[in-house]
Amino acid sequence: MRKWKTNMSSNAITIPGVQIDEKPWVDTLHGWLTTVDHKRLGILYIVYALLFLVVAGVEALIIRIQLMYPHNDFVSPQVFNRLFTMHGTTMVFFVGMPILFGFANYLVPLMIGARDMAFPRLNAFSFWLSALGGFLLYFSLVGANGLYGAGNAPDVGWWAYAPLTARAFSPGHSSDYWTLSLLVSGFGSIGTAINIIATILCLRCPGMKLNRMPLLAWLNLVMSGMVLVTITPLSAAQIMLLVDRYLGGHFFDAQAGGSAVLWMHFFWIFGHPEVYVLIIPCFAFMSEIIPVFSRKPIFGYPVMVAATVCIGFVSMSVWAHHMFTVGMNSYANSFFTITTMAVGVPTGIKIFNWLGTMWGGKIQFKTPMIFCIGFLFQFLIAGLTGIMLAAAPFDWQLSLSYFVVAHFHYTLVGGVLFAVFAAIYYWYPKITGRMLNETLGKWHFWLFLIGFHLTFDLMHIPGLLGMPRRIYTYEPGRGWDTLNLLVTIGAFIQAIGTLLFVANMVISYFEGVKAGNDPWDAWTLEWSISSPPPAYNFASIPVVASRRPLWDLKHPEDPDSRYE
Amino acid sequence: MDPHRTGIFLGQCAQYCGVQHAKMLLRISVDSPEDFAAWVHGQQQPAVQDASVETGRRVFESTACINCHAVSGTNANGRFGPDLTHLMSRATIASGAAPNTREKLRLWIQDPNKIKPGSLMPAMQLSDADLDAVVSYMETLR
Repeated sequence: MRKWKTNMSSNAITIPGVQIDEKPWVDTLHGWLTTVDHKRLGILYIVYALLFLVVAGVEALIIRIQLMYPHNDFVSPQVFNRLFTMHGTTMVFFVGMPILFGFANYLVPLMIGARDMAFPRLNAFSFWLSALGGFLLYFSLVGANGLYGAGNAPDVGWWAYAPLTARAFSPGHSSDYWTLSLLVSGFGSIGTAINIIATILCLRCPGMKLNRMPLLAWLNLVMSGMVLVTITPLSAAQIMLLVDRYLGGHFFDAQAGGSAVLWMHFFWIFGHPEVYVLIIPCFAFMSEIIPVFSRKPIFGYPVMVAATVCIGFVSMSVWAHHMFTVGMNSYANSFFTITTMAVGVPTGIKIFNWLGTMWGGKIQFKTPMIFCIGFLFQFLIAGLTGIMLAAAPFDWQLSLSYFVVAHFHYTLVGGVLFAVFAAIYYWYPKITGRMLNETLGKWHFWLFLIGFHLTFDLMHIPGLLGMPRRIYTYEPGRGWDTLNLLVTIGAFIQAIGTLLFVANMVISYFEGVKAGNDPWDAWTLEWSISSPPPAYNFASIPVVASRRPLWDLKHPEDPDSRYE
Repeated sequence: MDPHRTGIFLGQCAQYCGVQHAKMLLRISVDSPEDFAAWVHGQQQPAVQDASVETGRRVFESTACINCHAVSGTNANGRFGPDLTHLMSRATIASGAAPNTREKLRLWIQDPNKIKPGSLMPAMQLSDADLDAVVSYMETLR
């Protein structure tokens, strides 16, 4: 009972650091394992994703060491194939999705003035399904050999194209672990998406009309809708693959009347919207962070919402631009070229609106903001190479080359990862109650920026010179040698930057400056309560009258609500 | 394909296809019509019969080699692997993974995975003497 009372005070802290003094560790552990609190589950998602970020990052470094010189033999071809498969699968499914779901979990209820997600138990169930998925993927290292001695981790690439996944070409159980891992975590993603949609539609506090919702909530609503539409075909395809492998199905077996191209359609109808599932929450971070550090409300709120919904729809019809080299007819090629270029339009509108927000603003170059500015430049360039690849004839030349690898790493590292870093610097004070160190943050930013550009700017060139992706080694004298060495050096500079970031997170957790409720002088509801927030979030449910409720509170003489 | 000048053009497998992917190299030769006709004529000739490499030929024809490889005019008519009738007219072996030299041919027959991991050709487990004899036979297949 005493504990309950402590929690009810406004300064209550539910982070483990404080409770360890009061409870034995096993109780703390039990608390985290059985929690249904959206904030704790959000933290679990984020920590879990950061652990996998380190694992998949190390895999990338080993890949880069192997490709540093022609004919290098740092790892065997078999190990190399497992490394890039595990790197890709891990980064997409067990870093990107969980970290963004983690932020959505943590922030959406706080921003819309709710006390938890709509279905707290489903929320916990979804997280543990995702966690089991990641565990299954890496358990393949132990379990996949089977009786065949057939290799211990998935090595079919993260798209796992047929017929490479047929039992004849992928004996043992490595592909089964891959399939089951994605199937299980996919169900987790669907559960979380349903939860986010229900929360946003049903649990908004009084006065928070849809057109007053923070953009973060809007964008996560669209993202969740896309998850429902895109993860389901992937799950269906995984089940079909299992049927092919064990129950004598021939869905993807061309020799028996099936179709390998069918798998490609299933995979990319998931795979391309997935890119937007990953990037839309990052747009959400931009839309929250840039206004605060520009000291201006977001420019063109309704257009931002419309552009997001537009991306949500159009991005569902672009998937076959991954398949131009399959040999589709010219109608299909034209259709997917046009839709792919069209999806650049709402995305461009967003970039203009963020620039419009910064325009004439009193910009504060704090760490979250400089990561956002890096994002804007890099995402723009990633978009431009995307438009280049959208043209089918150009794609015929460069599909499956390092140009494509450079393009999507520009999106996922220069875009998603920079945005995630910005979000962590911005919300870490809310989540832990302490500020991250600004000096270390700036070092992290500059090292990572330099490493990023060294790696991924240069990576375009061997692609243009014809270097295919997924090769464990290459012949000398094709003009790829020096570039690959520099790319590897850049990867290690990024790794050093990331180490500083990890150090910053750990040191600041114990030594960081106390954040207070509202360290950035921000405007959304999560900053109105203590850092970290109490278990019940809001002592009394807030009532809002504008898009910036905290501005109204701080400036009663000139509230936003007067103009809306 | 619309070639405008003659020469050798390098290419490489683009779609990930398994362990051998990195070494699936391509060499496209663009010839003048006369050179191409001469090449076709050469390829249509039966294999050279050289009595001095009789031992090697016997080893070749009495091992599993002939299950997959063909040499015209002999009892080797396998179709799973490349036709070896004019083996020495090629500049490279293992689809470009190694130059077509005696040393590399020997290594290839001894253990193809040393040159190209993931190759479906098995290591032939020949004695050194047999290996040398087979390689000598291969070298006569011009």
